[in-house]
Amino acid sequence: MSAPAFNNKIIKWIDERIPLFTVLEHSTSSYPTPKNLNYWWNFGSLALFALVIMIMTGIVLAMNYTGHTSMAFDSVERIMRDVNYGWLLRYLHMNGASFFFICVYVHIFRGLYYGSYKAPREILWWLGLLIYLAMMATAFMGYVLPWGQMSFWGATVITNLFSAVPVVGNFIVTWLWGGFAVDNPTLNRFFSLHYLLPFVIFALVFLHLVALHTSKSSNPLGIEPKGPQDTIPFHPYYTIKDLYGVGVFLLVFMGFVFYAPNFFGEPDNYIPANPMVTPPHIVPEWYYLPFYAILRAIPDKLGGVIAMFGAILVLFALPWLDSSKVKSGRFRPVFKWFFWLFLADCFLLGWIGGKPAEGNYIPIGQAATFWYFFHLLVVLPLLGRLEKPLALPASISAPVLKEKA
Amino acid sequence: MAHSTTAAPSGSSQGESRRDFLLIATSAVGAVGTALAVWPFVHSMNPAADTLALSTTEVDLSKVAEGMAITVTWQGKPVFVRHRTADEIKMAEEAPLSDLREPTPDKDRVQKPEWLILVGICTHLGCIPMGQKASDPRGDFGGWFCPCHGSHYDTSGRIRKGPAPLNLVVPKYTFLTDSQIRIG
Repeated sequence: MSAPAFNNKIIKWIDERIPLFTVLEHSTSSYPTPKNLNYWWNFGSLALFALVIMIMTGIVLAMNYTGHTSMAFDSVERIMRDVNYGWLLRYLHMNGASFFFICVYVHIFRGLYYGSYKAPREILWWLGLLIYLAMMATAFMGYVLPWGQMSFWGATVITNLFSAVPVVGNFIVTWLWGGFAVDNPTLNRFFSLHYLLPFVIFALVFLHLVALHTSKSSNPLGIEPKGPQDTIPFHPYYTIKDLYGVGVFLLVFMGFVFYAPNFFGEPDNYIPANPMVTPPHIVPEWYYLPFYAILRAIPDKLGGVIAMFGAILVLFALPWLDSSKVKSGRFRPVFKWFFWLFLADCFLLGWIGGKPAEGNYIPIGQAATFWYFFHLLVVLPLLGRLEKPLALPASISAPVLKEKA
Repeated sequence: MAHSTTAAPSGSSQGESRRDFLLIATSAVGAVGTALAVWPFVHSMNPAADTLALSTTEVDLSKVAEGMAITVTWQGKPVFVRHRTADEIKMAEEAPLSDLREPTPDKDRVQKPEWLILVGICTHLGCIPMGQKASDPRGDFGGWFCPCHGSHYDTSGRIRKGPAPLNLVVPKYTFLTDSQIRIG
C-alpha cells in the first residue's frame, strides 16, 4: 500500500501525520471494482444513505422528545404540530426506517442470488447479518417510543417472548422491563438503547466496509477479476452510479414522506398507550412479519420462539449450507428457480404474519415456515451436489469481448 | 546448568513458569473483577426500590355485585376481581381435572368461592383477555377469551383451549375484612 503523491502542500502535511487522504484514495479512486456491477449493487450504498438519514433526523427528534410515559405521546404530537418542520423530520424518520429495511432486504436477496456470501466473503456476510440484527432491535425499540397502543402492546408481546425461556424466563422479562409490566422504566431504557444502537450499527458498517475492501466486491458473474482489465476505479465510476441511485431512491422515498406518510404505519399507534386495553389485532411493523409468521406457525410457545430466532441464525451457516462452488445464480439453472420460490415463500410468510392466526392462515403459515427451513437446510446442500452448473466465462471481460468479435 | 541436560537452563524455565503464573493470576483476578463490576450495571436494570414499593393494592369488594367484575391495577398489571355466580362456581368446581391443561382444582384457586382474583394477563404473550364487561366475549368456557391468539379460560381462570400454556395467575392476596382485600 504505497502512499499516493499529493501535490497540495497542506494535504501532504496532514497525510504525513495522519494518512486520511491515503486511506480515502485507496478506498475510492484506486479501489478496483469489478466493471460489470448491475443496479442491484446500488442497494448497499443506499442502505448507508438511509442510515445517515435515520441518525440525522433521530438526533434532532431526540431534542424534542420526552421519554416518560405521561409525556411521550404528547411530545411526539407536539413535534408533529408545533416544532418547526417537526412533521417532516418525524415522517422522514418513520418512513426512513421502512426504506432502510427495503434497501437492506434487496441487498440481502441480491447476495443470496449471486452467492455473495461464499468464500472469501463469509465474514463480510456475518457482519451484514449482525447489522441486520442490530437494525431489528433498534427499530423495535424506536417503535415503542411514541407510546401509542401498538407501541405498548408490541413491546409487551415481544418482551414476553423471553418468558418462554425455561426456568429463568420470568426473571429475564422482569429485568428487561425494570418492573412488573412494560412501564416507564422500560420506555426510558428503550430510548437510551435506541439512541445507542445506531452508532453500533455505524461501527458494524465500518467493519463491513473493511471486510469488503479486503475481499473486494462480488459481481453478477460470480468470478473474481483476473486483472486490471476486469476492474474500474470505484471513484468516479461507481460514486456517480451510486449517486444516480440516491436520486431515484429520494424520488420514491420523498413521494411516501409527502403523499403517504402513514402508509407503513398502524392507525392504532395514534391512540395513546393504555395498559388496561389490548387492541384486538396486534401486528408488528411490516419488516418483522415473516418472522412473526414463523413464531405463530409453531403451536408451542418455546418452540415458536426458537424457530423465530433460528430463522435468522441459520443464515450465519449459509456459506457452508450452500455447497455449490459456483457463486452466481446466473450459471445455476436449478438453483435459480429455487431462489425465486424462496423469495415468494418469504413474501407469503410476510402476508401470513399480517393476518390473524385462525382458519386457513394457520396451515398456510406452517407450510411456508417448513419451506423456509427446508430450502436453507435441505435444498441448498443437495443442489450443490446434484445440480450441473453452466460453463463459467473465462473472465469478466471475456463474454463482452466475444460478442464484439 | 550441569544437572540440566534436556531442557533450557532451569533458571530460564523457572522464570517462564513464574511468568505464566503471574499471567494466569492477573487474568483470573481481572476476569473476576470485571464480572463483579458488571453486576451493578446489570442489576440497575432490575425493578428499583420505588417500583417495588408499589407492590400492594387494596380493593373494596362491597361495590361489586354478584355476576359483576372489576379490573384493578397492581404493579402496573391488570387484576381481575370477579364476583362469581352460583352457576359459575358450580361449573368451575365440576370441571374434570383430566380436561385441564394445568390441572388445579377450583378450591386451590380461591379463598372464598364467590371471589375469584386473577392477574389479567394471558399466559401466552401477555395480552389482556376479554370477559370483564358483560358485553365482552367470554370464550367457550364462560370465563375469559384472549383476542390476540385465541386462548379460552374457564370460570376459574384455567386455560382450556388455545395456545396459552398455563392458567391465569392467582396473585397473593389477603382478606382484610369481609369486603376488603389487599393484593400483594
